[in-house]
Amino acid sequence: MAASIRRSIQLQKLLKNLRVLPQATPSQRTNVTASASSVEKFSKYGGRNTVTVLTGDGVGPELLKHVQEIFRYAGAPVVFEEVNINVETTDEEFLNQALLSVGRNGVALKGNIATNHESTVPSMNVKLRTDLKLFGSIVRCKSMPGVPTRHAGIDMVLIRENTEGEYSNLEHENVQGVIESLKIITEAKSTNIARYAFEYAKKHGRKKVTAVHKANIMKLGDGLFLNCCRNVSKDYPEIEFNDMIIDNASMQMVSRPQQFDVLVMPNLYGNILSNIATGLVGGSGVVGGMNIGEDYAVFEMGTRNTGLSLKGKNIANPTGLLLASCDMLDYLGHYRHATLIRESVLNVLNEKKVHTPDLGGQATTTDVVQAIIQELKPKTKAWLV
Amino acid sequence: MANVKRLLSSILSSSGKLIQRNYSSGGKRLVTMIPGDGIGPEISSSVQQIFGAAGAPIDWEEVDVTPVKGADGNFHLPQKVFDSMAVTKVGLKGPLATPIGKGHKSLNLALRKAFSLYANVRPCKSIEGFKTPYDDVDLVTIRENTEGEYSGIEHTIVDGVVQSIKLITEQASMRVAEYAFEYARNNNRHTVVAVHKANIMRMSDGLFLKCCRHVAEKNKDIKFKEMYLDTVCLNMVQDPTQFDVLVMPNLYGDILSMKIQNYMSEVSKHDHLPARN
Repeated sequence: MAASIRRSIQLQKLLKNLRVLPQATPSQRTNVTASASSVEKFSKYGGRNTVTVLTGDGVGPELLKHVQEIFRYAGAPVVFEEVNINVETTDEEFLNQALLSVGRNGVALKGNIATNHESTVPSMNVKLRTDLKLFGSIVRCKSMPGVPTRHAGIDMVLIRENTEGEYSNLEHENVQGVIESLKIITEAKSTNIARYAFEYAKKHGRKKVTAVHKANIMKLGDGLFLNCCRNVSKDYPEIEFNDMIIDNASMQMVSRPQQFDVLVMPNLYGNILSNIATGLVGGSGVVGGMNIGEDYAVFEMGTRNTGLSLKGKNIANPTGLLLASCDMLDYLGHYRHATLIRESVLNVLNEKKVHTPDLGGQATTTDVVQAIIQELKPKTKAWLV
Repeated sequence: MANVKRLLSSILSSSGKLIQRNYSSGGKRLVTMIPGDGIGPEISSSVQQIFGAAGAPIDWEEVDVTPVKGADGNFHLPQKVFDSMAVTKVGLKGPLATPIGKGHKSLNLALRKAFSLYANVRPCKSIEGFKTPYDDVDLVTIRENTEGEYSGIEHTIVDGVVQSIKLITEQASMRVAEYAFEYARNNNRHTVVAVHKANIMRMSDGLFLKCCRHVAEKNKDIKFKEMYLDTVCLNMVQDPTQFDVLVMPNLYGDILSMKIQNYMSEVSKHDHLPARN
């Protein structure tokens, strides 16, 4: 008995390493899964992973509750550890506890935390990313058949450097009325993100990587970033590499977005372009995003909005956060459940067309969630048979 | 009375040059033309031809802005540009290319700094009959033109670490905010939206925002809103008709206005040169 259990555990580990478990179709999976050696770094007990949930502000808490509900119906082997962090959290100790929780579990789901402009405390979202060394932010924007948009055939991945650049939080006032803000670009981080972008492209069969910069004006800073990308591209001759200035890139994105495949860029330009791209495929309600580090990963909505105006009205679109959660399941290695939930969400979005007001529909958030659950139920029953 | 008249006429005749300075013979207005690079010369000559055919009272004075090496070894704009603009006060400029990663600094920036062209105004309006994915667009972007991310101050701190300085001053922010509200009033616009990223860049964009708010207090007849840059980008591609006048620092203005231009039919851009300069 004990021997057979040991053998089955060994077999499971072997299978995980070989990735023979049913995987999501390449067209839908967006993220890089954790490497086999890093499976041990997740907090896992009895086959169930523990995931930190950072509730945030605005629509974050309510959408995260829906995610947990859907996971329960799907039988996803995930236990949630809720951490109520929001704009009112001023206690340094509490923030450290939140970071410790993510560090312990290895993975988190996050709602966006609002920022109080008057306070001098740096943005908690930024602090989280820098402390956990989440060097890359990945947002995949893909046209969905059921969402009406002006452009079709978009399928691009935006990889953005997540910890330096304009978001360094280094500002000072030398003279009254004159403020300097420092944008830091380092060779190490630029090379790191460029390598990650090319590895991602190679792994997912992408053909082209475009570096976005403003090296005509910021010759040293963005020039360094561009050089790092160029150097890394030499190691990947099979992947086409080109570069584009940010204003041209944003122009091209609104006129011919189909030309873009994988984009890699510093922090601020990534913020701008991922918002543009998200708007083109249907808005912040349908796009999920992830923040990847060496050791940790945090999954959230693609455009990091708090949605304060939608709070409590039951009209926010849960699709984006659900898709991000499916990416999280893929990352943890639970491919079957990820595929199940993702397919159900996309069916409700594209086939059944249960749309919230941001997509031009009349449905409420709970309508969408219930529709997804109805999709899930027969499929999970089939597993038990 | 006659003495006063004589005094006045003598003053006027001696300063005849002062009054007549913008006009060449024939009552036409003299304008500096900077053809630029790439397609610049072609489109500039097209403008000259069409103006000529329409009989517009404009005389063109072409200047080349290729930088020359000064005594200190740095590249500067040629003196001819300054001389010409001092007389004409108005210029029409084609695109000027800037080498990437090395070479001389941007001539566009140099021109703007040299003549204190503090506001870049780009009206974007859909043209009837020219179909684009976006209809009924009618907005104006006003961008601070002299500082911000384009200050050109960069250093290599240690090998592999570079710092670029974004400069925001109260004076420049107030100036462009005041111009934005003045423009809105003069052109029957209802709303001015300040675009910023003060959640991340607290002090710098915070200062810009404070200046905009201060000016908004003095212009209560125009509606004032603040929006994050990413929210504006997101909403702009979904519904650009909701925007009226946008005011923002240098980089955001560059990106946003270029983006909007591309899906608008009419590409109309001009650097504003205030009359008192």
